Amino acid sequence: MNFETTIGLEVHVELKTNSKIFSPSPVQFGAESNANTNVIDWGYPGVLPTANKGVVEAGIKAATALHAEIEHETYFDRKNYFYPDNPKAYQITQHEKPIAHDGWIEIEVDGQKKKVGIEEMHIEEDAGKNTHENDYSYVDLNRQGTPLIEIVSKPEINSPAEAYAYCEALRQRIQFTGVSDVKMEEGSMRVDVNISIRPAGSDKFGVKTEMKNLNSFTYVKKSLEFEEQRQQRVLMSGGQVQQETRRFDEVSGQTILMRVKEGSDDYRYFPEPDVPAVSISDDWIKTVQKTIPEMPGSRRDRYVNEFGLTAYDAGVLTQTKEMSDFFDATVKEGADPKLTSNYLQGDVNAFLNENKVDLQDTKLTPTNLAGMIKMISDETISSKIAKKVFKAIMQGTEPVKWVNDKGLIQLSDPAKLQPIIDNVLDNNQQSIDDFKNGKDRAIGFLVGQIMKQTHGQANPKVVNKLLMTSLKAR
Amino acid sequence: MDFFNQDLTSLHSDLVAKKLSAAELTQATFANLKQTDAKIDSFLNLNEDEALAAAKALDAKGINADNVLAGIPVGVKDNIVTKNLTTTAASKMLENFVPVYNATVVDKMTQNDMIIVGKTNMDEFAMGGSTENSAFKVTKNPWDVSRVPGGSSGGSAAAVAAGIVPVAYGSDTGGSIRQPASFNGIVGMKPTYGRVSRWGLIAFGSSLDQIGPMTRTVKDNAAALNLIAGNDVHDGTSSEREVPDFTAGLTGDIKGMKIALPKEYMDDGIDPKVREVIKAAVKQFEDLGATVEEVSLPHSRYGVSAYYIIASSEASSNLQRFDGIRYGFRAKDVKNLEDVYVRSRSEGFGDEVKRRIMLGTFSLSAGYYDAYFHKAGQVRTMIINDFKKVFEDYDLIIGPTAPTPAFKIGDEISDPITMYMNDVLTIPVNLAGLPGMSIPAGFADGMPVGLQLIGNSFDESTLYKAGYAFEQATDFHQATPDLGGQH
Repeated sequence: MNFETTIGLEVHVELKTNSKIFSPSPVQFGAESNANTNVIDWGYPGVLPTANKGVVEAGIKAATALHAEIEHETYFDRKNYFYPDNPKAYQITQHEKPIAHDGWIEIEVDGQKKKVGIEEMHIEEDAGKNTHENDYSYVDLNRQGTPLIEIVSKPEINSPAEAYAYCEALRQRIQFTGVSDVKMEEGSMRVDVNISIRPAGSDKFGVKTEMKNLNSFTYVKKSLEFEEQRQQRVLMSGGQVQQETRRFDEVSGQTILMRVKEGSDDYRYFPEPDVPAVSISDDWIKTVQKTIPEMPGSRRDRYVNEFGLTAYDAGVLTQTKEMSDFFDATVKEGADPKLTSNYLQGDVNAFLNENKVDLQDTKLTPTNLAGMIKMISDETISSKIAKKVFKAIMQGTEPVKWVNDKGLIQLSDPAKLQPIIDNVLDNNQQSIDDFKNGKDRAIGFLVGQIMKQTHGQANPKVVNKLLMTSLKAR
Repeated sequence: MDFFNQDLTSLHSDLVAKKLSAAELTQATFANLKQTDAKIDSFLNLNEDEALAAAKALDAKGINADNVLAGIPVGVKDNIVTKNLTTTAASKMLENFVPVYNATVVDKMTQNDMIIVGKTNMDEFAMGGSTENSAFKVTKNPWDVSRVPGGSSGGSAAAVAAGIVPVAYGSDTGGSIRQPASFNGIVGMKPTYGRVSRWGLIAFGSSLDQIGPMTRTVKDNAAALNLIAGNDVHDGTSSEREVPDFTAGLTGDIKGMKIALPKEYMDDGIDPKVREVIKAAVKQFEDLGATVEEVSLPHSRYGVSAYYIIASSEASSNLQRFDGIRYGFRAKDVKNLEDVYVRSRSEGFGDEVKRRIMLGTFSLSAGYYDAYFHKAGQVRTMIINDFKKVFEDYDLIIGPTAPTPAFKIGDEISDPITMYMNDVLTIPVNLAGLPGMSIPAGFADGMPVGLQLIGNSFDESTLYKAGYAFEQATDFHQATPDLGGQH
């Protein structure tokens, strides 16, 4: 029997704001437990939420990146449930009137492009964190009140590979708006997935199972692959899929039953009376949209059409906004786009991997990278010297002055090179003989000698040309 | 020296003229309080040492002649949080709770040199109309100690009526300032929703709650509202509107004022003796040159039902934070997390609070939301529109504040529906977010009867203007209860 797979994703993205969504406490990763809290975050008697306007603007930006329709009147609801990491025992979220709905993003799997619909996007506050140790439970409310957006996909994702591509595309687009770091490892992006299968052609969705808080896109894909297979086995053996929450075990690569869902949870949603409804005018939307940076798709087109890069290179350069911004800035400084692309993907990327840092955490600047690349293009330095210059600019050194000071400028002047070549030839009659006898290897040896004499600064192209002429003349 | 029934203007001139120091006034207040409150139990926690220290500091600094509230002793309802001063909301749940911050209104009191005497008794979490739902004590009506002072701000009302303090602040979600004001023969104002910051008011029904002043005269009340009114960055629902000086325009002249009397407020559900008092008040207004005409608020009869759904729903959510985890009461010998929640809340909350939590939880539940919470919201809109229509043609609405004078302690506490019907005349005002004030209008069988003035949104000024004219023309506000001894 053939099955069709339907996958839904709920992605939580932490917004990068200075303060929390409903309190002035700072938002900061890695602070001491409960250091970033105040009476509002504690759910203290008598406190009220005060809305952070910046969050709505971030919402407008994210919604725009998802091609979603923005509501002109949006409001918040309370989602009621008891848990120690939820100090008010309700979460302020959006249930009835989310800020945006009906968007889409484009994904690509095996060269096939597809639009995946976004059901809705809403703004809400994050909860705190419980930890358990030696018979004690601890509550850390630093994260309580961190602004989140939740993006809910339409049931239009049909394979684990598409789910993976959706996560990638979503992460990338959000990252480019600048509203979030979207770092899985810091929890600023969290993914819940659900999956169901049905006999091909059936018009009714199957029973879905869900997995929450997956912490990498690879686990999203692997857990869905396992679940897809498991559900098929259940149905093929005549069983029924249960509506349940499962956990992905990273070691075994399997999903494990956590709890069977009986009925739906009743969160007793109702409009949050403490936070007035938010009116979003067209003018406001336009003003905010003007501040949204260029999206990756448009940048890719520009790189291919204007700079002549390959689609592949354009794709790699637009993986993150930082890389793409860096590329644009370097090219703007006059560096050759192809060489810049090669350096960013090659040496720079190797450096980042080796040192496990992000581009913005290094001392490299677009100006310095451009300075080096321009010297390569106009043959001021050789590619061999460039290796040394690269090390220097990664330490924040200004390359042009450094090359001058160190005397590393490439020797391209024939008037200066010819005497050196003549001298080398005078001292290596054997090699000249070898060359005349058809042994081309001799050239390599002679070039090596010339390079040695010039401390590697000779321009190989010019050396080759002059050497050949000189050899033929002997 | 007898200053326990002086108004603010006269106390203030004595303080400015140094006939009386703030410290003397404070000491005398506590001396009187200890004697008087033994009979009526209006205070829960006293702030004696701090109050005296503040009064002495004020004497050293000097009384600001422009601030009529400087050095004035004030009572604060115990659901308004006070830094370092135990705040219980009259609940076992918060029996030993000492807040780390001040409500905005409390900051305004201390910044303007008012002397906080202590925290007044109330129905637990402001749920009730008799102050019998306090977990700690039952406040008595100073006019007849066998009767209730009303509620939920019963402690504040009784303390003012008994002459313990000239000003106390209360909160009003469905009538909790106005009904006890009526029962105690004092002036109680529930301002327009958004006029006063709710930051630091322990929430009951967030879309209905307002803090307001309770005083012996209209002018005192206007001065006490001046102090607390205004926008607050801590409360997103507080209004950015300009706050007028509410004491301005108290001329006694209300000629040509157009007053509406809703027929629903004078029907058979209202005690005939109360209706007589209101009829006399109507005549008084006409004598003052106002016109009074009968109007209809056709949907007000559904107000009580809608209110008990909306207020209880909001309360069921607001009171979830009392979970035994971070502060307040936690049950002993609990086995697991669910046990902490269930037992702490079962043992920490009183019956009326639990009743409303259950009512609210039910109203918000899946499958019932549309029939209850949603429907109640629609009724609320109709009530708002009723009022809007009246205010197209009238400056003011008048009627009784409560259907009866104060009832006997124990009479209604076992019958929630009868108790809830006490609020039938005050609830629509909260649902519509309008300002409402109760002023002394007469007596029925020796117990005070209040006249309710309802104004258009943010038009407290008209209420004060009309209330002042009525007060000047009558002497009901001058009557004081006889508690024996000093009073």
